[in-house]
Amino acid sequence: MNSPVSKPEPDITFFEEHKKVYPKKVSGTFRQIKWAILVLTLGVYYLLPFVRWNRGPNAPDQAVLVDMHHTRLYFFNIEIWPQEVYYLTGLLIAAALLLFMMNAIAGRLWCGYLCPQTVWTDLFMSVERFFEGDRRDRLALDNGKMTVSKFFKKLGKHFTWLMIAWWTGGAWVLYFNDAPTTVYELATFTAHWEIWMWIGILTASTYLFAGIAREQICIYMCPWPRIQAAFTDDEALNVTYRWDRGEPRGSVKTNKALLAEGKPAGDCIDCNQCYEVCPTGVDIRKGLQLDCIMCGLCIDACDSVMHKVGKPHGLIAYDTDLNIERRLKGEPEQYHPIRIRTVAYAIFIAAIMGGMAYSLMHRETFGLNVLHDRNPLYVKLSTGGIRNAYTVRLLNKERETKRFAIGIEGIEGITLKVIDIDNYKDGKAVVEVEPDRTREIRVLAFTPKGTKVGVSNPVTLTLTDLDTGIVSKTSDYFKGPRP
Amino acid sequence: MADDHKGRVDELSGVETTGHSWDGLEELNNPMPSWWLYTFYASIVFAIGYMVLYPSWPVGGEKDHLKGTLAWNARDAVNKAVKDAAAAKDPMVKKLMATDISAVRNDKALARFAGRSGKAAFGDNCAPCHGSGATGSKGYPGLVDDDWLWGGTLEQIQHTIKVGIRSEHDETRNNSMAAYGDDELLDKTKILNVASYVLSLSGHGKEVGGDIAAGEAVFKETCVSCHGPEGKGMQKQGAPNLSDDIWLFGGKPADVIATITHGRKGLMPTWEGRLDEATIKALAIYVHNRGGGQ
Repeated sequence: MNSPVSKPEPDITFFEEHKKVYPKKVSGTFRQIKWAILVLTLGVYYLLPFVRWNRGPNAPDQAVLVDMHHTRLYFFNIEIWPQEVYYLTGLLIAAALLLFMMNAIAGRLWCGYLCPQTVWTDLFMSVERFFEGDRRDRLALDNGKMTVSKFFKKLGKHFTWLMIAWWTGGAWVLYFNDAPTTVYELATFTAHWEIWMWIGILTASTYLFAGIAREQICIYMCPWPRIQAAFTDDEALNVTYRWDRGEPRGSVKTNKALLAEGKPAGDCIDCNQCYEVCPTGVDIRKGLQLDCIMCGLCIDACDSVMHKVGKPHGLIAYDTDLNIERRLKGEPEQYHPIRIRTVAYAIFIAAIMGGMAYSLMHRETFGLNVLHDRNPLYVKLSTGGIRNAYTVRLLNKERETKRFAIGIEGIEGITLKVIDIDNYKDGKAVVEVEPDRTREIRVLAFTPKGTKVGVSNPVTLTLTDLDTGIVSKTSDYFKGPRP
Repeated sequence: MADDHKGRVDELSGVETTGHSWDGLEELNNPMPSWWLYTFYASIVFAIGYMVLYPSWPVGGEKDHLKGTLAWNARDAVNKAVKDAAAAKDPMVKKLMATDISAVRNDKALARFAGRSGKAAFGDNCAPCHGSGATGSKGYPGLVDDDWLWGGTLEQIQHTIKVGIRSEHDETRNNSMAAYGDDELLDKTKILNVASYVLSLSGHGKEVGGDIAAGEAVFKETCVSCHGPEGKGMQKQGAPNLSDDIWLFGGKPADVIATITHGRKGLMPTWEGRLDEATIKALAIYVHNRGGGQ
């Protein structure tokens, strides 16, 4: 038996071992931006539930509240009912387009600065640095034996992480429950078990994602890097190592010697600082890659090194590969943040947000949903007339009991009756609806004998607010027999 | 070539093969992944626990089995669910019993409860004859129109459901449309004439082909006692209105002639005793609110 087997490549593996990343501390412009965003976003996240907003009696006074039990969503002066969930859809579409626009302008701005995974990981890393020191100390600590000091450093770190994670879950549940009440209930251990469960889930996920998994989430779990890679184009700015200027790299000494010999030498002194500060463990000099979240920290690191060796900043910078080619050819650099694609995104976003703002401002605080009886579609009466029946749901989104008059029009002589309602005014039924409630009524519509009624006739059901005179209309059909 | 079923070490992967070979393709004898094995062991442990707690082995004869320490069975679970549902409804049922049927509408929650439970009871008990939309069919009256044999008020509908028509109930509703032809009370010409007159009340008299005036004379003599002088019917006796466009047994000339010749004896069972009082009340409210209630 001699099977023609070729010798395998010796280092072929199908599984990437996890290499723990030890990012070094860095300071600079992008680090400052990231700190500012961290403080702002986490501040909003942890504190927003405590902001109060007076909506009058019988309504929650929390500015942002998702009231699952009463199926209402409150956002300052906006109140969303379940049937208006399309506002949420609109918001999500606008958010997606905003993501695409950011990507078209400057690559993974979301990943590098705004993504919760990045923000919380940043916070957890600073806690880690506080307890265990910078990169070198942490490497030594992890490689060293367990000592009392190491144990307490680790304990302090994990305890603080868990505290932050717990508060992350704690703040999350406050968006779904009245915040002061829930904090009191949590403090006195009287909160509902579901609240504890949700805090538990979010504590676990925050601790796991931001403390343990970190860049693994971005590299292996998150779909956005893949989608982003398919979306990006040549004009989008990316964190780029300008190899046209940096190569050939070498230590300051080597490069000086090369220059003295009249040979080319790059600006990169191969100090590896860009790699050491990277939170995902990427060497940016290998070019654009999936693992790079484009947080800009390598730019900060490189700039400070360039400053020290007396070379201009921007060896690593937001740039495009096109510009590298242009510089190699001696052409001037070109930047096109405003181009058809970004303008189109901006127009779409403006249209969606504008449309939503318009409809929010002009939406009615009352209305009616109509469902025509399906069986029977119509009833022939002994008088020779035809009757149709509708199940109508009246909506009152205001904080007081409202009186409405419901009427029907569209066919000559059509009249209306509402089951269990005795109060009629000008042929319209007067119906009361309690504050912030809906009411289902059964509406009967009649055409008199002799009226020509086709198989299906358009009719309009009108609902008049008797206090203001404003009318809300809904179209439906009046059905009849085949002639 | 691998008939001896002896494994060899694969040089590519360094793993032993199973020794099986199919057209030169061989299988590596890798161990099961440990996560898979642990899941497998865990499910064995689970199964043992399940067998102890729940009914499992068919021992002790054909129809017997181990009951399990929890003594759970599907029938008890259903009974309990039914009992729980009844208990949950109980306050509303009691309230419905205590409330006058015409006053139910004043309590929105109660009216809603009556409407919903009436709909469910209608589907279970009434729909087979009256149709799921309560539209009826030939011989089975529609309950959605405004034409009522025995009256369309809440109380009248409730009473009809309770006692039925020609049922075993002592107070059953009973109307008697005689078989005028079969019993030789009227001859064929008279039947044709009276049918012509009856259909002329709703404007279709000429379609029958009899003598309308002669028919009127027969009608005055024979039919007025139940159907009234103008053929408008009499709900006390369950006599239908003959002057409108709604015909329980058909409004074609042949239908009307057949009705007069053979008589009609519609049936509806009594529901007292089969349905409880609250359900009958809810049914009456539901039927009334279909649109035809008076």
